[in-house]
Amino acid sequence: MSKTHVTTTINGDVTEFLCEPADTLLSVLRNELQLTGTKEGCGSGDCGACSVTVNGRLVCSCLVLGVEAQGAEIGTIEGIESAEKLHTIQEKFLEHAALQCGICTPGLIVSTKALLDENPDPTEEEARYYLAGNLCRCTGYDKIIRAVLDSAKVMRGAA
Amino acid sequence: MSEAREFKYIGQRTIRPDGYDKVTGRANYGADLSLPGMIWGKILRSPHAHANIKNIDLSKAQAHPDVLAIATYQDFPHVQSEAFQAGEVPTDIIDLARNVLADDKVLYHGHAIAAIAARSESAAQDALSLIEVEYEVLPPVMDVADAMKPEAAVLHNNMFTQGLAEPADKASNIASRMELKKGDVAAGFALADLVVERDFYTPTVHQGYIEPHATTVRFEENGQAMVWCSTQGHFDVRASTAKLLNMPLGKLKVVASEIGGGFGGKTTVYLEPVALILSRKSGKPVKMVMTRDEVFRASGPGSATRSHVKIGAMKDGTITAMQASLCFEAGAFKGSPMGPGCMTVFTPYDVENMYIEGYDVVVNKPKVAAYRAPGAPQAEFAAEMVINEIASKLGIDPIELRLRNAAKEGTQTVYGPKLKRVGLVECLEAAKNSPQYQSALKANQGRGLAAGFWFNIGGLSSVTINMNPDGSGTILEGSPDIGGSRASMQMMAAEELGIPIDQLKPLVADTEHVAYNATTGGSRTTFATGMAVIEAAQDVVRQLKERAAAVWNITAEQVDWADGVAINTTGDDRLTVAEICKDAEKTGGQIAGTGNINARGAGPSFAVHLCDVEVDPDTGKVDVIRYTAIQDAGKAIHPSYVEGQYQGGAAQGIGWALNEEYIYNKDGIMENAGFLDYRIPLASDLPMIETVIIEIPNSFHPFGVRGVGETGIVPPLAAVATAVSEAIGVVMTDLPCSPPRVLAAIHGKS
Repeated sequence: MSKTHVTTTINGDVTEFLCEPADTLLSVLRNELQLTGTKEGCGSGDCGACSVTVNGRLVCSCLVLGVEAQGAEIGTIEGIESAEKLHTIQEKFLEHAALQCGICTPGLIVSTKALLDENPDPTEEEARYYLAGNLCRCTGYDKIIRAVLDSAKVMRGAA
Repeated sequence: MSEAREFKYIGQRTIRPDGYDKVTGRANYGADLSLPGMIWGKILRSPHAHANIKNIDLSKAQAHPDVLAIATYQDFPHVQSEAFQAGEVPTDIIDLARNVLADDKVLYHGHAIAAIAARSESAAQDALSLIEVEYEVLPPVMDVADAMKPEAAVLHNNMFTQGLAEPADKASNIASRMELKKGDVAAGFALADLVVERDFYTPTVHQGYIEPHATTVRFEENGQAMVWCSTQGHFDVRASTAKLLNMPLGKLKVVASEIGGGFGGKTTVYLEPVALILSRKSGKPVKMVMTRDEVFRASGPGSATRSHVKIGAMKDGTITAMQASLCFEAGAFKGSPMGPGCMTVFTPYDVENMYIEGYDVVVNKPKVAAYRAPGAPQAEFAAEMVINEIASKLGIDPIELRLRNAAKEGTQTVYGPKLKRVGLVECLEAAKNSPQYQSALKANQGRGLAAGFWFNIGGLSSVTINMNPDGSGTILEGSPDIGGSRASMQMMAAEELGIPIDQLKPLVADTEHVAYNATTGGSRTTFATGMAVIEAAQDVVRQLKERAAAVWNITAEQVDWADGVAINTTGDDRLTVAEICKDAEKTGGQIAGTGNINARGAGPSFAVHLCDVEVDPDTGKVDVIRYTAIQDAGKAIHPSYVEGQYQGGAAQGIGWALNEEYIYNKDGIMENAGFLDYRIPLASDLPMIETVIIEIPNSFHPFGVRGVGETGIVPPLAAVATAVSEAIGVVMTDLPCSPPRVLAAIHGKS
C-alpha cells in the first residue's frame, strides 16, 4: 500500500508528511511529526486529550484522517504560545493550579482558546458545556473553570 | 514540630515547577518516547471470561514476515509462588506472572495470552489474528455473592480459603477471610434502642486515568535493559519486572515518564515485562501502548463489594455496637483491599463494641488494583449510610450524631493503635458552620453528609540535593509526581535552606540516580518524601555551616543559620548560600545533601463532605447542585494542590456514586469499555466544589503534614447516595444511583 503525500500548515508552518490512508491526524502528529503535546486518551473522540483545530474548528484529532490535513490549517498545543511567551490561558492554568497530572491540559488549553475565540465572555455554564468534551479525572474541573473565566476576563481587557 | 514557626514559603500558592512543560505540551508521558529502530508490540487478549487454554499455535504468526518476536507465558523463566509486595496491594509473584500473560487458563475477558512485536502498530495488531488458541470455555463467575456459593465454578483449583478456624478441605473462590473485633457486639446491641441493618452493593469501577498504560523498552546486548513507562512507582516496576524475568536489579533501569493519572491503578506492571521479552527476542526497542478498551478490560479496576452493616444506638444518639460483613471482589487473582476495608469501615467512630469480617473473593474480572484509599470508599459507604439512617430515625442532626460518637485523640481503633490527635471533630464543626449546611433546599432536592477516614502511609524515601556553585540546587527525588508534589518538595527545601524557591529544581530521578523510593500511593509522597527532602536540606545546611566555619576558622557549633545565611556567632561575619557554594572548592569540594528515611508516623486524615442534589422525578437523573469538601491536611504545603486533591477526590466519588460501573453481559464481557458509556464526570456534570482545609498538625512531620490524596474519595459515595435518598424518600443501598436505578426506586415507592 503506497503512502499518501500530504502538504499542510501546522501552527503557521508549511509541513509535508507521508501517511497511510487509515492513519489518523493524531497518529501523524505524534508519530510522524513528533508533536507529542497532543495526547491520546481514548482514540474514540470521547476524552478530548487530542483536541486540535482544523481551519479554526475544534476537533478530536483521533477522529480526523491524516490525509484530511491536505491544504488545511492545523493548530496544536505547540502553537499556542508565541515568541516563547506563554498565552494568557496557559498562564491562568498555572496560576489557578488548573492541572494535576497534566495529561488533559494541552487539549483543554486548545479547547479553551477555541471557546474564547468564539465567545470572549462565557458564563460558567457556557464554559462547562463547551469543555464537556475534555475529560479531566484529577481536578473536578473547579480550578479549570476558574482559569478559563479568568483568562476570558484578562483577554477581554487586553483586546 | 514548633508551633510558633513562621513559614516563608510553606502555605504559599506558588507556580509548580513542572507546570510550564505541561501547559506547552513539552512534558513527556508514557507514550511520548520513541527510540531509533523502535518496533511496536500488541497483545492478544482472551475473548472469553473463563476458559482453559488447550493449545496455542504460534506457527502461522511466526512465519509472517512482519512479525519480529512473540511472547507467551513460556518465556518467563521458572516462576514460583512467593508473596510479593510491589505497589499497594499484596500479590503473589506467580499470580502477577499469570496476569501479565496467561498460563493454562484465562480468567477474564481481555486477559493477555500472547504478544507480538512488528514494525508498525497496525502490523502487530493485524498479526495477532494469526495466533490460534484452542479454548475449553468454562462458566464465568461474575459476582462476589455467586462466587462464594459452594456450587460456584472454581477459578483456581489450588486455592483454599485462608483465615478459617478449621483449614479448608476444598478449593474455593474465597481466598481468605479476616475478622476484627473489640468489646462485645451482642452486649452492645442489647443496649440499643434502635438497630438498623442493611445490605449494600458497590460496582466494579475504574480509576479512569486519562493516560493509558504505555511503555518503551530497550534490551541491550550486554544484558542491560531500560524501561520507560508511566507508573506511580518505577522502583517497584523494576522489582516486579526483574523478578518476573529473573534479572539482577542492577541490570534494569526504569525511568518514570510524566504520569497522566494513576489513582492507584499504575502501581503494578502489565506491559513492561512483555515488552522486555519482545525486545530481548527481536533485538530492537519495543513500544507498547494500551488502547482505552484494553485499559478498561485488562488493567486493574477497583473492587465491587457486597456488604452488610448493622449498627445499634441509644435514643440520645450514643452508638452501642457496630457490625459489618464485607465481601470484596479481587478479580481474577487473590488480593482485594479487603484488609483496609475492614480496618477503615468504622474508624470515624469511638464505639466500644465492634465486629467486622471480611472476605477476599476471586471472580472472572480483571485483577483489581489499588484505587485511591483502596477498600475504604466501599466499606465506609455502607457504614455512613446506616449512620445517616439512624440519625434520621432518631431525629438527630447527622452532624450532632457524629459529634457525639466521633473518633478523637485516644480512640482505640479496631485494628490496633490508639489514634493520635486527629481532626474529625473540627471537620464536623466546619461542616455545621458551612454556608451550604445553612442553606435551604427546594422540592426534589436532598442533602447528604458523610465522614471519611484513611490511614495514610509513610515508608521508604530517598532524596539527594546537589548544590551548584552559584548557590542554586537540584532536588533528586524518586516519587513520581502525580498531582503537583514537585511543587511541595521545592517549597519544603526552600523553607529549610532559606533560599528562594526558584533556586531549587526538583526532578523525579530514574532508578539509577537516586536510591529506592516506595511507590507514590497511600498519600505518602508529600509526607514521607517531603521528610526526606527536609532531611537532605538539613544535611546541606549542616555542610554549609561547616564550610562557613572553615572560612572563619571557628567550629561549626559557633555558626548559626537563619534565612539562608550563615552567621558567625563570634563576630559579625555573614555568608550566604551562594557565597559558600561559590567557594566550596576551597573548603572541601562541592556540596550535596542526602535524606534516606523510612518514614513513620503518617497522620490519618479525616474528611466530611456535604452534597446537595436535585433529582428529576420523571427521568431519575441526578444533578449535584452544591458540594463542600472539608478535610484535615495537617499542614497544607501548597493550598491550591491540597484543594485540588479534595475536589478531585470528590469528583471521582460523585462519579462512583452516580454513574460509573462495569456493565457485563451474561458471558462475562464488559459492554461499556469506553468513556462514552463508562461515564466519568464531565465539566457540565459538576458544580464548583467548595473546600475547607482544616489544619491539625501531625506531630511526626516537621511541618505538620498529613497525606491528603486519598481521604477525599471516601465520603462522597454516602454523601451523594444519602442526598438522593433524601430527595426521593427511598434509601439507595446499591450504587451507582444512575437514572434507571433511581427511577426504579421512585416507582417502587409508589
